[in-house]
Formats: sequence, C-alpha cells, structure tokens
Amino acid sequence: METTKEVPVLEPGHSYVSVTEKISEIPLAKVRRMPLAWFAGFGVAFALVMLFLFAVTNLFIRGVGLFGINIPVGWGFDIINFVWWIGIGHAGTLISAILLLFRQDWRTSINRFAEAMTLFAVANAAMFPILHLGRPWLFFYLMPYPNKMGLWPQFRSPLVWDVFAITTYMTVSFLFWYMGLVPDLATMRDKAGNIWLKRLYGILSLGWRGSARHWHHYQSVYLLMAALATPLVISVHSIVGMDFAYGLIPGWHSTIFPPYFVAGAVFSGFAMVLTLLIPLRKLYKLEDFITQRHLDNMAKVMLGMGLIVAYGYIMENFAGWYSADPFEIFNTVDRYIGAYAPLYWGLIFCNVVAAQLLWFRRVRNNNLILFVISILINVGMWLERFIIISQSLSKDFIPSSWHLYVPTVWDISVFIGTIGLFLALIFLFLRVFPAISIFEMRELVHKLKHHGPDGKSPGPSAAD
Amino acid sequence: MTIDSHEEGRPLDLASFRQQLATRKGREYWRSLNELAESEEFEEAVRQEFPRQAVLLGSLNRRDFLKVLGASLALAGLTACVPQNAGKILPYAVPPEALVPGKPVFFATAMPFGGYGQGVLAKSEMGRPIKVEGNPRHPVTQGASNLFMQASILDLYDPDRAKSVTNQGQPSTWDDFVAAVGAAAGANAGAGLRILTGTVTSPSLAEQLNAILAQFPQAKWHQYDPVGRDTVRAGAALAFNQPVDVHYRFDLADVILSLDSDFLFREPGSVKYGRDFSARRQPTQSDTPLSRLYVVESSLTLTGSNADHRLGVKPSQVEGFARALAARLGIDAGGAGGEGVPGENWLDALAADLQSAGEAALVVAGERQPAAVHMLAHAINEALGAVGNTVVYTDPVELSPVDQLASLRELASDLDGGQVDLLVILGGNPVYSAPADLSFAEAMPKAGTSVYLGMYADETAALATWHVPAAHFLEMWGDIRAVDGTVSIIQPLIEPLYGGKSPQELLAALSGQGTASGYLMLREYWQANIAGGVQPTPSAGEEQPTPSADETQPAPSAGGDFETVWQQALSDGMLPNTSLAATSAPLQVNLAALPGAAAAPNESLEVVFEPDPTIWDGEFANNAWLQELPKPLTKLTWDNAALFSPQTAEGLGLQEYDLVELSLRGRSVTAAVFIQPGQPVGVVTLSLGYGRAQGGNVLAGTGFNANAIRTSEAPWFDSGLEVRKTGGTYQLVTTRDHTSMENRNLVRSATLEEFMQHPAFAQEGEGELPSLYDPVQYPGHAWGMAINLNTCIGCNACVIACQAENNIPTVGKDQVDRSREMHWLRIDRYFKGSPESPEVFFEPVPCMHCENAPCEPVCPVEATSHSAEGLNEMTYNRCVGTRYCSNNCPYKVRRFNFYKYVDDVSEPLKALRNPDVSVRSRGVMEKCTYCVQRITAARVQAEVEGRTIQDGEIRTACQQACPTNAIVFGDINDANSQVRQLKETPLNYALLGELGTRPRTTYLAKVKNPNPAMVEQA
Amino acid sequence: MPQIFPPRSNLFARTSILGVLVLLAAAVAGGAWYDHSSAVTKVGVPIEQPVPFSHPLHAGALGLNCRYCHDAVDQSAFADIPPAETCMSCHSQIATDRPSLAPVQESYQTGKPIEWNRVNQLPDHVFFNHQIHVNKGVGCETCHGRVDQMNQIAKAHTFYMSWCLECHREPEKYLRPLDNVYQMGYQPAEDQAALGSRLVQEYDLMSEQQLTNCSTCHR
Repeated sequence: METTKEVPVLEPGHSYVSVTEKISEIPLAKVRRMPLAWFAGFGVAFALVMLFLFAVTNLFIRGVGLFGINIPVGWGFDIINFVWWIGIGHAGTLISAILLLFRQDWRTSINRFAEAMTLFAVANAAMFPILHLGRPWLFFYLMPYPNKMGLWPQFRSPLVWDVFAITTYMTVSFLFWYMGLVPDLATMRDKAGNIWLKRLYGILSLGWRGSARHWHHYQSVYLLMAALATPLVISVHSIVGMDFAYGLIPGWHSTIFPPYFVAGAVFSGFAMVLTLLIPLRKLYKLEDFITQRHLDNMAKVMLGMGLIVAYGYIMENFAGWYSADPFEIFNTVDRYIGAYAPLYWGLIFCNVVAAQLLWFRRVRNNNLILFVISILINVGMWLERFIIISQSLSKDFIPSSWHLYVPTVWDISVFIGTIGLFLALIFLFLRVFPAISIFEMRELVHKLKHHGPDGKSPGPSAAD
Repeated sequence: MTIDSHEEGRPLDLASFRQQLATRKGREYWRSLNELAESEEFEEAVRQEFPRQAVLLGSLNRRDFLKVLGASLALAGLTACVPQNAGKILPYAVPPEALVPGKPVFFATAMPFGGYGQGVLAKSEMGRPIKVEGNPRHPVTQGASNLFMQASILDLYDPDRAKSVTNQGQPSTWDDFVAAVGAAAGANAGAGLRILTGTVTSPSLAEQLNAILAQFPQAKWHQYDPVGRDTVRAGAALAFNQPVDVHYRFDLADVILSLDSDFLFREPGSVKYGRDFSARRQPTQSDTPLSRLYVVESSLTLTGSNADHRLGVKPSQVEGFARALAARLGIDAGGAGGEGVPGENWLDALAADLQSAGEAALVVAGERQPAAVHMLAHAINEALGAVGNTVVYTDPVELSPVDQLASLRELASDLDGGQVDLLVILGGNPVYSAPADLSFAEAMPKAGTSVYLGMYADETAALATWHVPAAHFLEMWGDIRAVDGTVSIIQPLIEPLYGGKSPQELLAALSGQGTASGYLMLREYWQANIAGGVQPTPSAGEEQPTPSADETQPAPSAGGDFETVWQQALSDGMLPNTSLAATSAPLQVNLAALPGAAAAPNESLEVVFEPDPTIWDGEFANNAWLQELPKPLTKLTWDNAALFSPQTAEGLGLQEYDLVELSLRGRSVTAAVFIQPGQPVGVVTLSLGYGRAQGGNVLAGTGFNANAIRTSEAPWFDSGLEVRKTGGTYQLVTTRDHTSMENRNLVRSATLEEFMQHPAFAQEGEGELPSLYDPVQYPGHAWGMAINLNTCIGCNACVIACQAENNIPTVGKDQVDRSREMHWLRIDRYFKGSPESPEVFFEPVPCMHCENAPCEPVCPVEATSHSAEGLNEMTYNRCVGTRYCSNNCPYKVRRFNFYKYVDDVSEPLKALRNPDVSVRSRGVMEKCTYCVQRITAARVQAEVEGRTIQDGEIRTACQQACPTNAIVFGDINDANSQVRQLKETPLNYALLGELGTRPRTTYLAKVKNPNPAMVEQA
Repeated sequence: MPQIFPPRSNLFARTSILGVLVLLAAAVAGGAWYDHSSAVTKVGVPIEQPVPFSHPLHAGALGLNCRYCHDAVDQSAFADIPPAETCMSCHSQIATDRPSLAPVQESYQTGKPIEWNRVNQLPDHVFFNHQIHVNKGVGCETCHGRVDQMNQIAKAHTFYMSWCLECHREPEKYLRPLDNVYQMGYQPAEDQAALGSRLVQEYDLMSEQQLTNCSTCHR
C-alpha cells in the first residue's frame, strides 16, 4: 500500500474557498457556460426516455405478450433488468454507509455521486416488478392493507419480501442522500445569485444555518443513518437472490445465491460508478478531487468482489456436478454448450477473465482500460442474470415443454429506455445539486491541513 | 311452436327479418343476440310462436329457446362483471316447460360423421347447447367420444357460417329458392336432375331420394365422400359377391394384424374399436390376457404407434406382404409367394402367432388398401376361423352402396357433356374435395342450375347458382344409422342460428312439397315405419350420472304404441333393437385367379393421402379448436405438411420447413417438408383438408391442398412421385421442440415378460421421501387422478373436451409458435429407438395437483392455493400475473394469458361458453382444475340429497370423453374407488415423483406385449 | 447577506410538518369513509323498477312464500325472477285493471320480457349458489334483509368478499332451522350459539377450512 499512499485523496493547494467555488460553480453555472457535452448527453438520454414511455404505454395497452416470454420462460428482460439495476444500486449505500463507518476518507468525494446513482438505479429497478405483471394495475395486491376481500398477501413468497426490501431500501437511501445534501444546499443557497434560486435552495436546505448545534445533531444522525443503511446493503440483494434460490428449477435451486448475489451487486455497482466517474471528472475537470487514488481503490474493491463472484461461479458448477442430480447436471452442461453458451462464456470473460487485469497497478491507473473493464463488468453482470433467469427456465424437467426465449424489440426498447432514464436523471442531478459533498471536502481540507495526509494522527474529530 | 303452426304451414316469421338482416353488411346478423331477442319483428315472431293454449312437446319447445336467448344470456350473465347494480334482468314472459333456470338439460341426439351416426348427448344451458358428449346408451359410442364430436359444438356457433340463402352470390330467401327450384326440378321427368350426396345411411333421407327418383325417373343420385370406403366395399364384393359390412371385435382378439389399417382413428366405428382394443391392453387385469398388435403400415398412424410390432413399408408393398402371409397360412394366394417382400423376417413368427391364436386372431385391412388386400384379409380370417368370433359380417348399413368414385366420375362426365340442368349438392364441398383428374370445378358451372346445401360459403358455394345454408346437426331433425346399424334420431337443441336447412327439408322443396317441417316429415316417416314393427323396449346401457333427457320429457300423451316408442327414442337418441344382425357370408372367390400385385419399382417415391388427424377431409377446416390441436404424431398445428422419413429427406437433401413441389401424373402442389420419425422410407404422406381457398377466416392460409395431385385412379396412394426443392421455406409450427426423453424417467414402460418378473418395475428406487414436516391430513375427500398409459391411444379427444368444458381460448399460429398455446391438458409424445422405426409413447399431462405444490408458496397474492380436498386451486381474479408459479412448476402445465386471447367480439361465441367456468382475461394464469365446477355441482347435489358423493359420480371432461377409459378421476380416500384401486397397482408411478411434489395425478406404466420369437430375432 | 425568508417562515416550516401529516390522515380516512358509504356500496339505496311491485304487500301482508315467485331458489344456483305468467296466475282475476299492472299484462301478451333493474349483483368470477344455501339453513333475510319491509327493494349488505367470509368462517352464528329459512324477522327460539353449533352438526356442514377454499366460490 506504500505506493497508493503517494497519490493523495485531494490534490494539494486547495483551500476551503477553492473547494467550495470549484464544486458549487457546476450547478450554479449560467446556461451558456455549461459544457456542450451536457446538452449532447442529456439530449440522447431524453430521447431514450421518450422511447421508454412509448414502449411502456404500448405494454400497458396490449399486455406483456409484447415481450418474448413464453411458457416455460416466464421471465425475460423484465426480471433480468430488475436484478441488474437493483445490483447497480448497491454501490452508493455501500460507499457512503459502510466506508463511512470504516472511516475511509477516500469515500468523501465520491459518496454523493454514488448515492445519487444508487437512487436512480433503484428507481429504475423498482419499475420492473410492476412492468412485468400481467395485470400491472393490480400491483397493490402485493401489499398488505385491509381490504374488502379480507385477504393478505402470501407472506411465504419472496416476491412479497422483495416489495418490503426494495421500498425500505429506496426510502432509506433517499433519506441518507438528502441528509447529506442539506448543508451543501445551504451553501448553494448562500452562493446563488438569483433570489428565486436562493429561495428554492433555501427551502430545500430546511433552514440549515450551520450552527454548532446543527452540526452536532447532524453528525450523530448521519452516523445513525449509516448504521441503519448498512444491513440493507446486504438484505436487499440477498432477498432478490432468494427469488431464485426458493424455486426448484435446476439452476435456481441453490443456497449460495444470497451472498453470491450481494457480491455481484457490489461488483456491478462499483463498475457503474467508475463507468460514470471517469468521463465526468474529465468533463468537469474534477481530477483534483476525484484522484487516481479513488479510481485505484474502487478498482481494488471491484477486484475483490470479482473474485467472490468467480468463486460463486465455481461453486455453481461444482454443486451442479456434486448434486448428482441429472437435471442440475444437464442444466450446467447446457450452459457450456447449449443455445445460450455464447452468453455464458461471454459473462465468464467479462466478470472473471477481464477483472483479473485489475491485479496490475498499471491497469488500475490507466483510466481508459479501467473504463473499458468497468463497462465489460456491467455487461457481464447483465449476462449473468440472463443465464440464471432465462437459460435455467428454458430447459427444465420435461423436454416436451422446453422452449427458448428470444427477446422482442419491446424487451429491448424498455431496457435501453431505462438506461436513458438513468442517464437523464444523472445529468439533471449534475445540473441541480453539487455532485461532490462540499462540506465533507472542506472537512478533508481541514483534516489534511491539521493532521497530515493520512488523517490518522490524533486530533479533534470533524464534528467540532 | 306447436304442431298446428306447422300443419298450417305457418313458418316462423323470422324469415322476413332474416332477409332484411341478410342484406345488412358486416360480420354478424345481429350486433348481439339481445338485440335479436328484443327487436320488434322478433317479438312478433315470438308471439306467433307461443299461442298460450299450445300443448308444448318437450321435444319441440326447446327448439324455441333461441328466441329467449336474450333472456337466457341475461340470466347466465346474472353475475356479469359490471359496476354494482348496473344491468337489467330479463325473466321469461312464459317459461318453457321442464326448465329449472340455471340447471343444464341433456338431450340425446346423433352427429353425422362420414355418413354414419355417432350417438351423442348434448348439454343445454338455458337453451344454449354448450357441450357434446358421447351417449352412454348408444351401442357405438357408449358415452365416449372423439375429437370431432367434442369440437362439433364450436362449428354450431362459428361466426363464419353462411348466413343466408344466396342466388348468384346475391342474398336471397328460402321462399324464393323453393319457388325457383320447385319448378325447375320436374323438367322433362328430371332428365337433367342430378343429386350428389355423401354416404347416406339415413332411412328417411333415402326414402325421400328414392321417392324423387320415382317421381323423376330420368334423374340420377350420386354419392361421394372424400374419405369414402370404396375399397372396403370392393373388397367385400370381391370376396363374397355381395355387399357386406365387416365389423371387428377387438375385445375378443388375442393377436391382431393391421394391414395398413388405422382402425383406432379413421374407421366409422373407431370410438368403439378404441374401447374394445384397450379393454385387452390392461396388464393388471389377469382375466383378460394382453392382446398383441402387429401393424404393417405405409405411414405412422395412431394404430401403428400403439403396436407391439410395427413395420413401415411402402403402400404398394402391403399387398405383397398379405399374399406372402396368406401363403404361409396355407392359402393359395396365387402370384408371389412372398420372396423379397419387406418384413420377410416377420412372416414365420407372425403366421405362427396368428395360427396359435386361431379364432382369436384378427386381420384388419385398411381403407387405404385396394380391394385385393381386403379380400386377402377376409380369406385369412376365414382360414384362421376368426369369422363369427373376432370378425362379424352384416348386411350393409348404407342404403345404396355404390362405388363412389365411379359415381362421381359419371357425374363429372355428365356435367361435362352438358346433360345436367339441375345439380343438387347436399354438403361435402366436392369442388374442393373431388379428385383432381375429374376437374369438378370446371365441370360444375356447366350445369344449368346448381344448388349447394352447405354450412359455409366455401369453394362449392362460390360456383353454385343457389347456396342454401345447411343446418348444424344440433339445429335439425333427422335420422341416421350408426356403423352397427342402430337408427339414431337427430334432434335439435336450438333453432337454426342462421336459418340453416336440413337435407330432408331441401329435398322436400325439390320434390315440390314446399317448406315442409323436418320434424313432421321425420315423425310421419317413422310413424309409418315402426307402427307395428319395433316394440318399445328401453335400450340397455349404463345410466349416466347427469340428469338424462327423459327426466325432461313430458309423459307420452295417450298416443298408443308409437308415441311411447317415439318418446323413448327421443329420450335415448335412438330406436331400440335396430342394430343389424350378423349374417353369414360364404367366401366365394378363387384367390389364384387374382392378378399378381404389380409392386411399384422400389426406387420410386410413393405418396400416401390420409384424412387429417385433426380436420379430417376439410370438413372441420374452419374449426379453430381442431386447427390449433397438435396432431398426435407430428404435433403440428394450423398446417399439414409433406411428411418424409429422416433417411428419405437426407437422400433428397431436404431440410425441415423447406418448400418442395410434389409432382404426380403431371399435376403438382407445393408443400412444406416435415421430417417424421417412423415414416416409411421412400414414402411421402400428405394429409387432406388443407390448402382451402374459401370457407371462413380460420382456415385461410393454412396448409397445402393434397387434392391437387390426388386422382380418382389412385385416391389413397400412388407411385412415381417427384420432389423438387423450390428454394423457399415455410414456417411450420409444432408444439414439440424436442422429441426425445433425454433418458429421463418420464414414461415408464416394459415388456410383458419384464413386468411378470418385476411387477413393480415402475416404482423401482422410489418411495416416500423423508420430510421435516408431518404429512398434511385430508380427512374428507381427496381428489386424485390415474392415467393409464396402457390404454391411452393418444387420440386427442380429451384435449378438445377440456377446451370445450373450460372455455379455453385458441391463440393462433403465431402465438403457438411462441409456445403460448393454452391447452390445460397436453399429450406429450416421445419417440424411443431408431428414427426409422421408433417406439412411440403418449403421455397426457394435466395439472398434477401436487400435495406439495411448488407453485403455491411462490405466488405473492395467494391466487393459487391448496384446498382441503387437495385441489391445487387457481383463483383467476386474484392473479396479478407474475408468472412465478409457472416458472416454478416442474410439469409446466400452467398457461398464461399473454394477451387477451378470449374472443369477446364474436357474439355467437358468447353463447358457446360454459357459464360455470370463468372466462379469463388478459394477464392471468390458468390451468387444469380437475373440472372443479363438476366437483362442486356434484357436491351440491349430494349435500342437498343428504348423501355422500358416489364414486364415478364426478367425471372430469377429459375422463368423460376418453374412449378407452385411460383417465380415471375420483376420491383416493375411498378404498373402493376405481382411482384408488388403479393407484394401488404396481404399475402406478408419479411423474417426477423424486422432486417430492407428491402429485395427485399419477400414471400407470406402459406394458407392451411383443412376440418373444421376434424379440430374439432383433 | 440579504434575508431571503421572513422570520415567520420558521413557524410555517414547523407547522407544515404537522400539517402534511394531518392532511394525509384526513385524505386516507375520507377515502375509506366514502368507499364504504352507500354512494359506492349502494346498500340501502332503493332501485326504481318498471313495475311498482310491493314486497311488503305480497311477502308481508299476504304472506306469500318467497318460493312462490322465486321458485328455483331451492333447486338451482339462480333463484329465478318470476315470469309474467306467474303474476298473471293471480292478476288475471285480481286488480286486472290497475294501470301499474299494464307492463305485466303487456309482457304476458307480447312475450316480451319485463326489464327489471338488477338490485343484487355479484361479479362474474363469483359463483354463488342459492340452492345449497337455503338447503343448509341460511335464511333469505340473512343476505337480502327485511324485503317484507322494503317498498322498493334495495341491497341489504355490501356483498363484499369479507362479508361473505364472516359467515363462511363462523356459519353457526347465522344458521336457522330449515323451517325458518323463508321467514322474515326470524328470532332464534334459543341461544343462537347452541342452536347454531347443533345445526352445523345436523346439516353436516363442510369444515371451515373447506368453506373458505377459493374454489368454493371461484372457478
């Protein structure tokens, strides 16, 4: 670790003011001062959002028959995307909550952005359980509420657990993210020129005045929230994993799913953060705040998670063979040589082979390669869900009912539509809120000034 | 309506507004049946039809139910799903007699099929016929049915049916027609009058025809059925010099040889044959030893796939085989002694087996084979002493047996010669179905005037001067003989929906009787014919559990003998003691005199034509149920195809779905290639009935027309077929993606010896799986099902029965291609062994109603749940459509409404629906319910009567339809129930039992009975 | 730095927190109240009929048995709406010239059904069977209320599934002796708890578990 120490988490020469100015000028910039790339990117994203709305409208009018699903393959892109997005939505909370508890100061400049990304990813994910329903207008049947039928949901069903897990995760992530924003919103309020903008930020900042009392309460609540959010990182994807582990279909019926899904989720989450940050820090010249150190650390986390995922794959294959169950064995072999074999080997390449490059510092420090790898991992994790969900279903117990799943144009439109929605929200976020936590950066400046670069030497905590 | 109203010749005043409606454009007569019921003209008609004082005959007033269909729909829709308190409720003004609103009534009638009557019991809900079952009292069907009987109910309501009389394609009226044709018929003693019918077995119709021939001596009557039995007639004529009908007793046969005969499917008596045959295929019943079936056939058929030994040969080689066998049995068959015939290695073992069976042996020749083969079969049966035991001769059931192809040929030439002034065609659609060489389509317009009685505006209707809509058999009065001769009465359950006419009514118009009532003609005919003759003896036959028609018949009025007989006949659906007695027919032929069979050169490709396994000769081409029904062996839906054996296809460099041009005798047709394991090498099979040009929206664009290359010289098979790739391909759709069992223990089977040594072979390595939980107790009833793979012949009747009973929609070719068919009950078909001559296995798969059902815990809304009696329930209206249950179902028996599949646009189809079963909307899961509506109905009845439900009282739709009793449903808690006893046999096994699902549906493993001698050979 | 918010905005901010909660609660409560009001359930809302038929007169004063008109109620799932013929069996003699009877006479003559307005209606997927209920001691009144006191018939209960389940879960609370099924204003002669559980035995009723199977009412 000697080597990475050399790269600081904040380039030297920054003062409280410079930090504040640099970050707050991004959302406060006059429209004509905004980078063209923003308009280009948002334009494309917005077009995709329109495609999404068109596809979903058609879906609601005509029914899920639009998708390529069939009997036996009842779940296709709809659930694959759900699991994929929910997975991506893991990085944020992990970075902000868990790394906060571990006092990892390098989280400071990326947690805000990661949390925002988490929110948007989860928002995307949360749509799919409704979109995939045959009768989406009745989604509320899944929620326990007193009703004229005198009925409750089936609490044995993992889908019901999903409802609780996701709604909780969404709520907590949002509160956590907004909590973090409050002091910065106050800063924005103070820095904004236009009186209406001041009022807007003023309302959003809930009357934050930055008094010692405020800070005292704030810190304790923030830590509390972090503690609260941490178990959720584990629970959500464990439960999503149980959707499948609970089933008896070969390829689903496996106890390793919960941990293996969580690892996969963090894996793809970090990949997505990198995919977005690497271009952004260029675009907004944030190299000072988001340094190689950050990218390097994230790459290491990915490598670690990647290894856990790889272990998961190995165990899946081992269990398939060790079960001595002809159906399991058939399913495993079908992944190697069946109709979906290219996708399987594709995911092995992306998630296992490509990830090994991260052992090398030269790779971790080469932003271009890092960027490519992060994209590969995103793709790989999507393919993994395809294999787990659709390939397993396509050839189960009785050969007479085997049938392959082939996505339709509607599957694809909805998928890329959600990507558009995700990006559009990211761009709006960049335009409206400070993408990096200003006050925490100030703390960092303070820390580095008074306690040296490692921030480990004894001294007053950030709270006072 | 009353008898008086008929005698006064006062027809229903519907005609006038029918005409008015007929001229209306659009898909329907009426926007809705309610509209019909409420329109003014209609009410006027009703008033005329219901004079208060009328003494209503039970058998009559039900015909009028349609008139209050508006009311009955409102009643059936009492629970219609509309906002609270919306809607009206319309009671009858004057209720029909013997009707308890909301209770079904059953009527015995008969379905004409290939000229023969199939006795059926039709279920009427508030005046709407909604289901057709076999008539338990009928000697041929015995309560069972086939897929055509089950599907016939859909034809009744088919929105595509012809809706008015047309003249030169312009809407006209029945009265105009009667006036016009009545006059034309008699021209110069009917010299130019020709009548073309199908096979006629209806006594009253025959009398009418003969009367007309007497009236117009110059007139001629021709008969033609596309799937006719000329070869059988000719064979009998050859063997006995007299017309004789041949009947088989498979229940008495120990050893059966089929010479290219598909007796389990295509014989008029197939329903009975299936039952008799399967009665001898029950290894667990020691009193009836297993019979052994050898099949020599020229394409893979149902019969062949049920054989113990099957030999696929070219159709032209069957005669050689028969001769060789005859020679082995010491019959001087003349010609070839059988050297070099295929299956030579069979002959000794087979001959020995037949001989040892003696009078319990049976040789059946196929309708496809020429007269000589039939004659040889007769000779062999004679020699074996089977005649009188397994083979029974009777006088012909047909009233005038003729060589139908010759008859049609003569008609065609007469037409060509312009000798026909008035051509009357009673059904059959000859323009489509006539052999190509007669070029009937060119000849027909040469008739001065042509009249066509048909249900659809099809190819023949298009060329006919007059097209009169034909009545569906559930709309008309008539009579017809069953294959055993029993006279069955056809009685209507509903007023003709589209003003259809029966053949009798049309002929009456022809012979100048104007618009006579079919009912009166029939009644008068039988009054004259059974006055003294038949004595009123109630016919035997099991009592069906359902309320039978006679409960709803008013007591016979004091009409003396005839009235009693007549009422009994209407109640039973047949006249007692009218089956034909066995006659002795001495074999009178010198076999040696027969010309030697001219076996076609071996390298030449041969073509086989066969009636389609689902739409027959095209008669059912517009029936969506049958179109979507996977054919038993190819599993194709919505198309036929040219079937090639894998080897032949390879030799010709053909891929599946390639389009090929089949050329024969200078004619050609393009068809898609389908590779069929078990298809004999060098034989291409193309089924009839497809490639129709006109006649409905359902049949549009399906399949390929075999009649284009079928000639009257060689109607069933021919050699010299040439196959040329056109380069194009055609998307055939089949519900099988996979033919093999992947060595999974899904269908368990053994030979008789193996079974004798290990009776429990099917259960080996299985037992109660350990569980952490105490087993769930089912104190009351515990419903279960046993499916006997030994008796299941794969005939598909159950699948259609299920579709009709449970309002199951059809989804269309495209959706089937996406594996979204909705059948609750599917029949899995697996091949085992070499692709050239594989063993075939059928396995009907309904919902297993697992006690540990994987679908139940995963449903987030408890839309699928477990009942106290062990039913796996599906509550459609709670379902939100996550499809998790289907994903988690190891049997994949759940079906999902990916779109709104139910047709709620076509008004007539609404009347078809079973009011006891919810119609499912888009986005909900559905599946087999064990016909829970029948369970509930039986329970209510039992509880009201303060008794417990009897075994056999509840029969699921599939069980009731099954001709071979392969499906048995009942209470497994009841130690004496049939299903319990079956489940206690050693053959009983659970499909995928190793998963611990504890299915309530279990199977009896298949035991085959191959000839040990031949097993050693192989 | 200029003030962007007046001092009172603090108060506003605080109260708004409470306000939002209150409004939310009010909205929920209000919605629930409306949903259970007769505006939605139509309970107790008389339905206008083409013929001003009086149940109080026929079922009450004259004491006609319910089955005189609803003759299928004990034989069929459907209780049956009397055909005009049934009315005419009396009204061909009685009150023949009353104008309010004109529609009945007309229907009887023309054969055109009288279009009654439906009062009680279950959705399509509910298969209610009158026969089994009246034969197992469920009184007409239990579901349809005191029709003998309704000049115009109105729905007596919501007919929600939860309402059906009340009885399917505890039938003993509602069962009557078979003699009293068609009786209006019936009062149990003895303690209903004792009577009910005895009747449950007597009628050999299905177990509660079975009475609450989905397929008991949905198929």
